[in-house]
Amino acid sequence: MNSTTVRSLLVRGMLAGLVAGLLALVVAYLMGEPRVDAAIAFEDSHSHEHEMEIVSRSLQSTAGLATGVLIFGVSLGGIAALAFCFALGRVGRFTPRATAVLISGAALLTVYVVPFLKYPANPPSIGDPETIGKRTTLYFLMIALSVLLAVAAVILGKRLAPRLTTWYASVVAGVAYLVAIGLAYAFLPAINEVPADFSATLLWQFRLAAVAIQLTLWTAFALTFGYLAERVLTPRPAKSEAAEANSESNTAAWTAASAG
Amino acid sequence: MAQSAAPAAASPALPITPLPLKAILPWAVFFGMLALVLLYFVGAEQGATSLVAGSDVHEWVHDGRHLLGFPCH
Repeated sequence: MNSTTVRSLLVRGMLAGLVAGLLALVVAYLMGEPRVDAAIAFEDSHSHEHEMEIVSRSLQSTAGLATGVLIFGVSLGGIAALAFCFALGRVGRFTPRATAVLISGAALLTVYVVPFLKYPANPPSIGDPETIGKRTTLYFLMIALSVLLAVAAVILGKRLAPRLTTWYASVVAGVAYLVAIGLAYAFLPAINEVPADFSATLLWQFRLAAVAIQLTLWTAFALTFGYLAERVLTPRPAKSEAAEANSESNTAAWTAASAG
Repeated sequence: MAQSAAPAAASPALPITPLPLKAILPWAVFFGMLALVLLYFVGAEQGATSLVAGSDVHEWVHDGRHLLGFPCH
């Protein structure tokens, strides 16, 4: 029974990841692609030796982009669903839906926003091919650090909760996480390979698009997976009884909704 | 959606029992690995490290790699 529950949650996580990936793809295509094209135009105007195109731009910006974003969505959806299985009922007394929102928010913050603030996304023509190894190592290191420190902070918060109450334990754990991340920011080497004459506006727009893609992905995932997980985990009696089984406030909301 | 600070008295209508670790672990190990391998191919293959010769994978996911925030080139 429990293993089947995990399996159905995992499947739904990947499905929700696919849905979220599709929405993120729309944002990536509409907001991101014009900036990628503009950055490539800048690159071409600066280097006169033309590289041979292995995959055409029209394929890269459609099928190629879709492959990347959808695999990204499904993979992270699966991982997030597994993290959800673990967190449910362990992090706190949250409903499945609330847990899904918490996991998604934590994922957006730790896997993307925190690493991004140190090593932000860059459009084509930024980045020296010579340093790709160093940049990749540092980026993945920053993701790993951010996730592990967040897990440590949650454990710390759980340990402190009996003494400090949940609220202050969460505040202390949050501050501890920020201090640890601040130290990582301070000690890891900075990378800045933006050409001097690269448009600041274009760079800002590109990075804004990159953040919008992740925001879309995780918001859509939280809502879709939260809905699906709630359905898997809440036993559903017949419709009329379902209303009674729910808490008063829910019943009132449902009645109001169906009446309206 | 209530505060987790709410003591044991909170909504008895919806008991949240944690899923046992034994049930999660096999799925987590197998699918977690699979997902990480997929993410590696989207995010890093034929960049810093290369398992497949050439640059077809890199070129194919090129735009996604840039826009998803991975280091590229």
